[in-house]
Amino acid sequence: MKPAEAQIWDWLDAVPDPEIPVISVVDLGIVRGVAWEGDTLEVAVTPTYSGCPATSIISLDIETALHDRGIKDVRVKTQISPPWTTDWLSDKGRAKLIDYGIAPPRAAGGPECCPRCKSTNVTRISQFGSTPCKAQWRCADCLEPFDYFKCI
Amino acid sequence: MADVTQEQLFEFLCRMGDNTLVLGHRVSEWCGHAPVLEEDIALANTALDLIGQTQMWLGLAGEVEGKGRTADDIAMLRDVWDFRNVLLAEQPNGDFGQTMMRQFLFDAWHLAMLTALTKSTHEQIAAIAAKAVKEVQYHVERSGETVIGLGDGTSESHKRMQDALDLLWPYVGEMFVSDAIDDAMAAAGIAPDLADLRAQYDAHVTPVLAEATLMIPEGGFAHKGGKTGFQHTEHLGHLLTQMQWLQRAYPGATW
Repeated sequence: MKPAEAQIWDWLDAVPDPEIPVISVVDLGIVRGVAWEGDTLEVAVTPTYSGCPATSIISLDIETALHDRGIKDVRVKTQISPPWTTDWLSDKGRAKLIDYGIAPPRAAGGPECCPRCKSTNVTRISQFGSTPCKAQWRCADCLEPFDYFKCI
Repeated sequence: MADVTQEQLFEFLCRMGDNTLVLGHRVSEWCGHAPVLEEDIALANTALDLIGQTQMWLGLAGEVEGKGRTADDIAMLRDVWDFRNVLLAEQPNGDFGQTMMRQFLFDAWHLAMLTALTKSTHEQIAAIAAKAVKEVQYHVERSGETVIGLGDGTSESHKRMQDALDLLWPYVGEMFVSDAIDDAMAAAGIAPDLADLRAQYDAHVTPVLAEATLMIPEGGFAHKGGKTGFQHTEHLGHLLTQMQWLQRAYPGATW
């Protein structure tokens, strides 16, 4: 019997993002669809950034996770349209980012507060950070630098 | 609406992909060498975005061509005369200021071009543009701010930025010159009329350079020949010896 799509979404929600392992690929909003085509499960994945080196690892991790659940034929297809947006981050994912020390994206273009001490006295160091999806900010009160998941 | 031939479409896609490939490689040359860590990271991220965009453009070019070539084949197994990037993209890095000036002059064009391409009648081209334009907005924000910071900085940084502008400005014109390929793309609604982008470009670039206290050189002379493949500058061949070294020394190598 083929597992239901809702079940597959649950399983995918247990596949961590390789760069930010506290959130899942579903939290990240990059899994765009799951559908059976005959006995093949097709998973549509959209890249975060065009050159993000994690993209191929993510596809591999998704295949591995579904194989482990007994699904033999998995086809991960890349879907670039509509382009990924940080609006697709789940609320659960946003909360986990804060716990992990990464400020989640905001329409205002900067973090609401320092993820460590919650001060709003923060300044931008650079719009580019340790991964394509992050910017570097600094808290002027606790003096710690931190990552901000920038809007795109 | 007019039709385009497969050859014309392939040519157009190589122009888009070679711009991002060659500039992406140039920018990646800074990795580990930038003046401060934050700039090193920003340059590497910019290069990564450009190389990622290259995979989409040249991947589609390979599909359109229909000879089974992948993006990697097209990027790594062609020689200088088959490259279709504008001359600006292949110019050497120079100092950090010159790199950032080249980036800004390209980014402003790239933003205008991609914005127009999001409305392309070609569905896959519109999709690639919609993806890439979001990344390029961050590129141009940074390159513009850096040009202002260094241009309106110390007398030394100002002088270097003015030298960079004087050197690179004659390469700007090529990005707006149309040939038969561009005309065919515009007629089919696949790409904009390049001349139409110029006003938008000037409206973006002129105030940034003014705020940077830099003088745009007089005269409309433009170095040309990169995107048509007529004649690249000497620099492209040297770049390819680095970029393609592995595939040339060990053809078909994988790891």
